[in-house]
Amino acid sequence: MTEKNVPMREALRAALIEEMERDETVFVMGEEVGSWQGTHRVTRGLLEMFGERRVKDTPISELVIAGAAVGAAMAGLRPVAEIMTINFAFLSIDAIINHAAKVHYMFNGQFKVPLVIRAASGWGNQATATHSHTPEPIFAHFPGLYVACPSNAYDAKGMLKTAIRDDNPVLFTESIALYSKPSLIPDDEYLIPVGKSDVKRQGEHVTLVSYARGVEWSLEAAAMLAKEGIEAEVVDLRWLRPLDLEPVFESFKKTNRCVVVEESLPHFSFGSEIAAQLQEAAFDYMDAPIKRVSAMDVPLPYAKEIELMALPNAQKVVDAVKEIVY
Amino acid sequence: MAQEIIMPDVGSGVDEGILLNWTKKVGDTVSAGDVIAEIETDKATVEVPVSAGGTILQLNGTPGQALRVGSVIGLIGAVGEQAAPARPSGNGAAKPAAAPSAPAVSVPAAAAEVEDGSLPDGVKASPVARKMAAERGIDLAQIHGTGPGGRIVKSDVENWTPAPVSPAAAPSAPAPVISAPGFGRLPEGPDVEIIETSKMRSRIAQRMIEAKQQTPHFYLTVEVDVEPLLKFRAQINAALDEAHKVSVNDLVVKAVALALRDFPNLNTHYYGDRLVRHKRIHIGIAVALPTGGLINVVAKDADRTALSVIAAQNKEMIARARDNKLKPDDIQGSTFTVSNLGPYDIDQFAAIINPPEAGIVAVGSAKKTPIVLADGTLGIGNRMKLSVSVDHRVSDGAEGAQFIKRIKELLETPAGLV
Repeated sequence: MTEKNVPMREALRAALIEEMERDETVFVMGEEVGSWQGTHRVTRGLLEMFGERRVKDTPISELVIAGAAVGAAMAGLRPVAEIMTINFAFLSIDAIINHAAKVHYMFNGQFKVPLVIRAASGWGNQATATHSHTPEPIFAHFPGLYVACPSNAYDAKGMLKTAIRDDNPVLFTESIALYSKPSLIPDDEYLIPVGKSDVKRQGEHVTLVSYARGVEWSLEAAAMLAKEGIEAEVVDLRWLRPLDLEPVFESFKKTNRCVVVEESLPHFSFGSEIAAQLQEAAFDYMDAPIKRVSAMDVPLPYAKEIELMALPNAQKVVDAVKEIVY
Repeated sequence: MAQEIIMPDVGSGVDEGILLNWTKKVGDTVSAGDVIAEIETDKATVEVPVSAGGTILQLNGTPGQALRVGSVIGLIGAVGEQAAPARPSGNGAAKPAAAPSAPAVSVPAAAAEVEDGSLPDGVKASPVARKMAAERGIDLAQIHGTGPGGRIVKSDVENWTPAPVSPAAAPSAPAPVISAPGFGRLPEGPDVEIIETSKMRSRIAQRMIEAKQQTPHFYLTVEVDVEPLLKFRAQINAALDEAHKVSVNDLVVKAVALALRDFPNLNTHYYGDRLVRHKRIHIGIAVALPTGGLINVVAKDADRTALSVIAAQNKEMIARARDNKLKPDDIQGSTFTVSNLGPYDIDQFAAIINPPEAGIVAVGSAKKTPIVLADGTLGIGNRMKLSVSVDHRVSDGAEGAQFIKRIKELLETPAGLV
């Protein structure tokens, strides 16, 4: 089996192409996905390959995009709708939460909503307070909606293909900072199952739990810690819903310590949820308080230096680990 | 912010240790777990690790000085941090372990690190440390916590081994000052030999003064008919191998432990406005050492341990005591004590209570003695005198009398001891 080094945006594009070739009910829609080739170039060339019927440029209205996608999915198609950045998904939250996530339940299973909403997420590009959100945990709050948050190109491809094939609505977020980062990707097709975490690094002294871009910081921190003799295990949750914490519990029973690493905000956060579930499931294995490394609890500043201060990074993860590895 | 380095608990009943030397100096950078000092107690030489890394800002005390358990012996700050000038220059020996309002009685060392009396088992420990200690049967109170605020963490349980016991005699450091009236000028000249008081002697002196001055003793004596006890002993020993053969002292220990079950008030320790009632019964056994001095070995849970097991364990502990190879566990945790001078042909004696315990049973020799038989004629009996010394702050004469009567009954109907 041969494999190639492919950046995440190309891996996502390949997933779209493969699924559109495999199943003609799959189509993409969103702002600038067609003739502009996609704001993040994930849909580059798709219009030429599949035509206007399956690559739909939409008006600049996120509620329309999400609402139309829900309707198309209920009618039997498999839309992959792109919201340019997740900041704009707030405009479509009614269609996502009240419709996509609830229709199957509210109509007693008469309708399925096999919908994927792709949205770029993340901060650190001086996009300031309103355009730098990572609200994945907000969406993961609601039952009925799957939330996929890949941390690398390989996972992104396998997870997007799975998301498209799944009959449940999936919010699929793509960290902007990861678009150009490559992984080795095999030529042969592969799928990554829904709701399956992945241990990205083995270690015995502390468990780092994260997803998406946080995994990158965690792995970087683990490499730094290894030089000091501290071996961190890194668990990539990949899906915030369904949430697979078994590998986290298993790891924690070995390390007895945990730092949760999240790009998003600390208040009512992903980290809070993991800490709560972990203490309940593995109280007798706890040797130190569960730490969280999050963005600071502020509207993100514009000035580059202050913006970076507010963001998590590998060094902050290292510092948190050292607070509990004694 | 600077963090205090606290003089750790160095063994139950020990409330201070002599600083042998600092192994780090002010300004040194240390990591969590680094040893900063060596402390000698009358039981062992122990190393004092720091619980957090940083720069040492302050070290309180000079070699030879006594440092109180729980006192602040130094300060540690972030790398580069300076000691805040406003800080009280707390001398390790001067700062009391207990809060100013606490009663003047000595608080057991184990309590010194406790910040909150409502903590389970009275110690700060992580959940996994608690679980592991329970699985391994280690008493958390014996473990020194190296986590934040002295918390016992997993590695403390994993790394815990009973500390080696140092020779009791000939300490290199000066003995702690005994708070007794002055002794006057030291006699000198060719007719006297001046011997440095050993650490153990000083310790005994200090403890006994404390006991006699602060504990109002009362004493009760009974005579026990040991004829059935000696027959019983011969019977069971015929069935036991050498290691498990039972001594009269083992039988007394068992009887005292069982009697304490019925008299929990005597398994209670006095701490001023608080009484600590021990739910487990650990009997201290005073052992004379060949090098002089004595030490209490502890028969743990003697009320619910099989007689032959008590016998075997006591034999081993007494042998270790005489070989100077005691483990901390051998000598920690006694809740009540038995002192037996029977082997020295002593009829009876009144023992000094081992504070903060509420009493001590003193055992005399079993002897053939003329007795008045039931029909009014004279006969020969086999009798042993038992005395109990009781702390009158905890208990009163009537209870003490019923307690020693219960011990007598148990010994005179010895089948109840197994």
